[in-house]
Amino acid sequence: MDIGEVSRNTKILINGVPFAVEDVKFVKPGKGRAMYYLKLRNLFDGTTRDQTYHSSDKVEEVHVSSNEMQYLYKEGDNYVFMDNENFEQHHVPKEMLGTKSQFLKEGLVATVSVMEGRILEVIIPKFVELMVVKGAASTKTDTITAQSKMVELETGVTLAVPAFVKEGDVLKVDTRTSSYVERVSTKR
Amino acid sequence: MRLSRIKANLERRALIYDLIRAFFRSEGFLEIETPLLVPTVAPEKYITPFTFNGWFLSTSPEMHMKRLLAAGYSKIFQICHCFRKDERGQFHNPEFTMLEWYRVGADYMGIIEDTERLVCTLAKKLKHRSTIHYQGKEIDIMPPWPRVTVREAFLRSAGWDPFARLDEERFEVDLVEKVIPSFDAGRPTVLWDYPVTMASLARLRPGSPPVAERAEVFIGGLELANAYSELNDAAEQEKRFKQEIETLKREGKHRVVMPEKFLDALPGLPECGGIALGVDRLVMLFCDAASIEEVIAFPRDIA
Repeated sequence: MDIGEVSRNTKILINGVPFAVEDVKFVKPGKGRAMYYLKLRNLFDGTTRDQTYHSSDKVEEVHVSSNEMQYLYKEGDNYVFMDNENFEQHHVPKEMLGTKSQFLKEGLVATVSVMEGRILEVIIPKFVELMVVKGAASTKTDTITAQSKMVELETGVTLAVPAFVKEGDVLKVDTRTSSYVERVSTKR
Repeated sequence: MRLSRIKANLERRALIYDLIRAFFRSEGFLEIETPLLVPTVAPEKYITPFTFNGWFLSTSPEMHMKRLLAAGYSKIFQICHCFRKDERGQFHNPEFTMLEWYRVGADYMGIIEDTERLVCTLAKKLKHRSTIHYQGKEIDIMPPWPRVTVREAFLRSAGWDPFARLDEERFEVDLVEKVIPSFDAGRPTVLWDYPVTMASLARLRPGSPPVAERAEVFIGGLELANAYSELNDAAEQEKRFKQEIETLKREGKHRVVMPEKFLDALPGLPECGGIALGVDRLVMLFCDAASIEEVIAFPRDIA
């Protein structure tokens, strides 16, 4: 594609490495050649770099699709997801997931960006609902949040929650901050 | 809401239009209109026109305004839209507003003096007094504005002389990355006397080396206006257009038809100067707006 068609979020391939365009600064002297100052994010390792192009330069656009995939199970250091469209299974290494892995419950649907069969990024929902499997007594020592305590959820993650939460409760959790949002239901 | 947020800018924009018109009327200029849908445009390597059923959207009213001058109109101005493909960014919208004026008997620096008076008049009427506050800087706009020749500016900031051996690609890059950033941020700057190949419709001044009588105004880092002593040598103009058309063809860019009607009128063009000033950027300056989108109701991406 022509550099003039590039805009924020266009994905381009440079020497086989995919980059997402994070910002385009267009500079053009009235009678002169246009210059495009691009800020690029490497989709393999997340690093950013700057690159300058001139009018009529060509860049190779790369198509990254966003697929809905369901989490199935963990296998060694990999997490296995299934594409809901074609039922293909993909192994995602734990490094790519980082802290997101602690919210993976069987059946969770994530948005996965895929470039030519290769997984670039797994985006999990901002909020998930998980059950408390192990409660703990309110922490007496913590004076500032005297009403809070730590509990363990069904995926193994531990979280600070209000004192009224008990085992068997289902909680809404913010996956971006690993924090309690609210109690969705409680066991009677 | 975006549109309610920029309402004050659009109100100020309307006021600026009134003030521009009042300024030129008081100076004895006639406001004219020329077509936006045109059979051809000036062949310029780095200005790409939109095409429509074999016609073009005007990239500049320059050639039509010169046809009026050749027919005996001596002081004319126009505020109109221009269209340039692929130009969008912080300071660009592919459809933008240009103010052009031409004055018989003036040369490019006479036109720069008009520009100084226009900007100062606007500032005064808009209650800015002698400085404009733009993006955190106070810009003192009292004339005369500092003038620097292209040669001096490049020797000082880029370390080479574009008149000794011109590398056009390097020229553009250094202009943007070295020369413009070196200008005094607290004053407008007039950059003048360009290499002869960098001003396709400007008059040349013989000498060693010869220079193109072209001047550009920069304020607050914005390229605001471009003035020429107008070329009225039809043979020379045709030669330059032919070269540009050849280059466009060779590089597989847009096709442009030779502007015959303009060339036919050119021998009647008296000695004159003219300028094209970006109205959106002028409004940005007076609204302290960082982006052109803050002074246009419907920029391209949301048009």
